[in-house]
Amino acid sequence: MNSRHEARIGILFALPWILGFVLLLAYPLVFSLVTSFTNFSVLREPKWIGLSNYQELMSDGVFLTALQNTLLYTIGAVPLGTVLAIALAMLLNAKVKGMAVYRTLLFLPTLVPMVAQATLFLWVFNGDYGLLNAALRGIGFSPPNWLGDPAWAKWTLILIAAWGCGQAMLIYLAGLQDVPANLYEAADLDGAKLWHKTRHITLPMISPVILFNVIMAIIGSIQVFAVPQVMFPGGAPARSTYMFAMYLYDNAFLYQRMGYASAMGWVMFLIILALTLAALRLSERHVHYETQ
Amino acid sequence: MRPSRVALVHIALVLLSVLFVLPFLWMLTTAVKPIGETLTSPPRWIPSQVLWSNFPDAVFYGSKELGYVPFLVYARNTVIITLLCVVGSVASNTIVAYSFARLRWPGRDLFFAATLATMMVPFPVLMVPIYGMFKEFGWIGSFKPLWVPAWFGSAFAIFLLRQFFRTIPNDLSEAARIDGASEFRVFADIVLPLARPAVTVIALFTFMGTWNDFLGPLIFLTDQNTFTLSLGLQAYQTQHGGTPWNLLMAASLLVILPIVVVFFFAQKTFVHGIATSGFK
Repeated sequence: MNSRHEARIGILFALPWILGFVLLLAYPLVFSLVTSFTNFSVLREPKWIGLSNYQELMSDGVFLTALQNTLLYTIGAVPLGTVLAIALAMLLNAKVKGMAVYRTLLFLPTLVPMVAQATLFLWVFNGDYGLLNAALRGIGFSPPNWLGDPAWAKWTLILIAAWGCGQAMLIYLAGLQDVPANLYEAADLDGAKLWHKTRHITLPMISPVILFNVIMAIIGSIQVFAVPQVMFPGGAPARSTYMFAMYLYDNAFLYQRMGYASAMGWVMFLIILALTLAALRLSERHVHYETQ
Repeated sequence: MRPSRVALVHIALVLLSVLFVLPFLWMLTTAVKPIGETLTSPPRWIPSQVLWSNFPDAVFYGSKELGYVPFLVYARNTVIITLLCVVGSVASNTIVAYSFARLRWPGRDLFFAATLATMMVPFPVLMVPIYGMFKEFGWIGSFKPLWVPAWFGSAFAIFLLRQFFRTIPNDLSEAARIDGASEFRVFADIVLPLARPAVTVIALFTFMGTWNDFLGPLIFLTDQNTFTLSLGLQAYQTQHGGTPWNLLMAASLLVILPIVVVFFFAQKTFVHGIATSGFK
């Protein structure tokens, strides 16, 4: 195949995504940036207002609460989910019988639709009749009112996120299966303990997978929407579960403040960008890439 | 491994599995309880009678008032949208990923880097302009905003498939080209069949993502008759003050069921596909 012919076919094959990239990503992204400098709403012609939306965000108490809730949720959910997913993957990677069953059972929660998760956990975390509090009372605790107490409601969401860590778990498992067995054999000859092998072989070898999963988890957590929206309409109790994406949605579609919502969207994008770059930067010294 | 350690692994796995599955069992027993037994303290695990009739009751809930069975309408809508998305996603992502993995064209690598970067773009920042665009098209309230985009590819799927395509040796495609096969034939007849595990992963992710999607339907659908199961479940709960927990759980189980069935049949290929593609 000559190269000009190949180039023509290559671009032809990539055409759906080229169109998708332009129409469904690049154009909306630029459009929302421009909109964020206007007071655009369905009711009136958009007028250029410069940085006013961004200035308003900085002093909007509801926005700052939602931002804080989302960051706290992320700080809780990402490390907990990461540690749990790695631990589960390491257990699943041990060569013992019945792995297929364990793997299916542990992955099952990931298959549950967000809305069904939310309805199920409204029921599990119910302060009076819920399963969890019955168990906690059974072992002598006086359990909190998970759904009604602002101090605990966020924890409910974090625990639910941890419950659905199955996808990350599978990806870690794939990473673990790629670690060459001879590294462990050599360590065994040296009499290394399990913790040392984990610390000096396993974790460095899967560090690129950890980085990928952590970044995906951060991106997902900042956008969290369905579960809090269904479980805690309006961010109840006392706005303690009101998330960034919920306030953005409310501004765009409830209050019809499209310009303001666009500014929020861009702030969200910049936060994700900053956190991703920070993760990449922090990982530089710790992530181990195998040389080809 | 030492026998004591094997036992330890089993104990840990059994405990964790129970912890992960318990909420499901709770859902299941609640779904077949009489309503009076759902609100007891301490909760009862074994219902005094197993009410299978809760399932049809959940399906037909509210149908008298509305004159039709909303659950079945939601289910039909969800199936239509999901099918269109899965077909579109497999068709578009495979051919685009093939182009990135196997064909050389100017700007390809730069565009691929840009594609990866778009994974960082959150949907909420695109939501307002995309809504405006679909409104111009007159698509709001129809299924189109929910499935048409799937036919234009997604960065994550392209990335995953490209990684997989690159592991397939070039010799076979070269031989076919020498025999005069067109590039599309090489893609469809030689490379695609070998990529079945990765294609399964993409199909399953798209299936789950669409079946479960909440924000998309919430924004783009306006009429009760076009709602999906995700939206429908929520309606159950807010519409009626005293939530009928047993029926809600029965309905939720029915929503989960198709996903579990599909996963069960695809799981071997799925896990293999995850293990052999991307993420590295």
